[in-house]
Amino acid sequence: MTKPEIRTAIIDILSDIAPDEDYAQLKDDVSFREQLSMDSMDMLDIVLELRKRFKIQIPEEDYPHLVSMESTLDYLEPLLADK
Amino acid sequence: MTKRPDAERIVITGIGLTAPNGNSLPEFRRALLNGESGVESYEIRYFGKTLAGVCHFDNLKYASRRELRRGTRAGSIAVYCAHEAVADSQVDWDTVPKDRVGVYLGITEHGNVETENEIYQIKQYDYDCAFWSHHHNPRTVANSPAGEVTLSMKITGPHYTLGAACAAGNAGLIQGVQQLRLGEVDFALAGGVSESIHTFGIFAAFAAEGALARHDDPAKASRPFDAARNGIVVSEGGAVYTLERLSDAKARGARIYGEIIGYGMNSDATDFILPNAVRQAECMRKALANAGLAPADIDIVNTHATATVSGDINEMEAVRDVFGGTESTYINNTKSFIGHAMGAAGVLELAGNLPSFEDGVVHPTINVDELDPKCAFPTLVLNNPLEGKDIRVILNNSFGMVGINAVLIVARYEA
Repeated sequence: MTKPEIRTAIIDILSDIAPDEDYAQLKDDVSFREQLSMDSMDMLDIVLELRKRFKIQIPEEDYPHLVSMESTLDYLEPLLADK
Repeated sequence: MTKRPDAERIVITGIGLTAPNGNSLPEFRRALLNGESGVESYEIRYFGKTLAGVCHFDNLKYASRRELRRGTRAGSIAVYCAHEAVADSQVDWDTVPKDRVGVYLGITEHGNVETENEIYQIKQYDYDCAFWSHHHNPRTVANSPAGEVTLSMKITGPHYTLGAACAAGNAGLIQGVQQLRLGEVDFALAGGVSESIHTFGIFAAFAAEGALARHDDPAKASRPFDAARNGIVVSEGGAVYTLERLSDAKARGARIYGEIIGYGMNSDATDFILPNAVRQAECMRKALANAGLAPADIDIVNTHATATVSGDINEMEAVRDVFGGTESTYINNTKSFIGHAMGAAGVLELAGNLPSFEDGVVHPTINVDELDPKCAFPTLVLNNPLEGKDIRVILNNSFGMVGINAVLIVARYEA
């Protein structure tokens, strides 16, 4: 998957978790929590959805990589290169 | 009647509800007087086609889509009913000290729906528990439906649910009365909720017991006391009442729906499923003694009858034992319209009868084409409303599995 494809997939996941947000305004370099008023349970939802959709297991120590769209894409791009 | 000081008299000042045939008390009452059923065709995974009482309230009126996704159906029902009750009470909610508000909700069961959903999900992943949701625990803790109300309304007083099978709604109200009398809280949101139609297990288990209603016409399926009754229609629903001490209600000039003047709870101690008419009669007498009333003082007995063969006969045996010989104690049943709303049943059914204090009408038991002689009683109100009656006191029965009984007595408010 390319970065734009991954970004579209992440937006799709976020839209399920926080359906009332406006993702057209999402800033890639600002944390999800700050923009989307997300909490730790929401972050776990992202991890679970990535597991379901792409069969990737993200270890707990890597969760900080999922803080913003930019850091998430940087982290996922090599993991999803063959998907 | 037992006379208590105003600070120990507990009154109902607001009602929020959702029933299969109405999403407010006026809508619900209108349906009960017009003979409108809320039972419809329904399908649920694994079990397939059946019948159910489905609620159609606006679940986004007091919750965001995000909150709905995070919570449970029981919580959604509770949140809707609690907000509606507070609005109906016309209390100045912003000035109510939230640490002095208690939330007490009866539930028949909780967590079956959420657990079935999770198992269904991980089945897609060959039962790999790595795909089990972290939401499972907060959704299935037994206090969850009441807790969702506190989250939504920023209530910081106590909240919990009361597990009392199908007597749970009445148990919720009784708990509210007791906590107000104890001085633990100053404002109670009490009642019951049920999300049971979203678990296939409840349908499958009632079917296995031969106790699930079947009928070509959904509106005719719930038929307590009818000779051709064949079981329960499972329903969802909720009713939350705002309860206050009379002294507080008077001080703010609140509208008063009625006063909870008596209650009784007991256990059969005889069987997991089969009811016990002797214990049911004892429970009604216990409530009458608590209220300081004689059977003839009761104007309406709103029965629990669920349209099972044995349950209806047992309850009417108990009613005959307590109320036999009374001439103006009318007997009715609300499940004939809405099916069995489980943890919400008692409080929903009581709510549907409270307007009788004002309109003088006793709503009937519908769908009785041929009365089962074993359920007969001279003042059973069948199929058509009874008008022009001076209704002052209502007794509401609720009985549940594993032998739990809860009876409430509510009087028209008189200073």
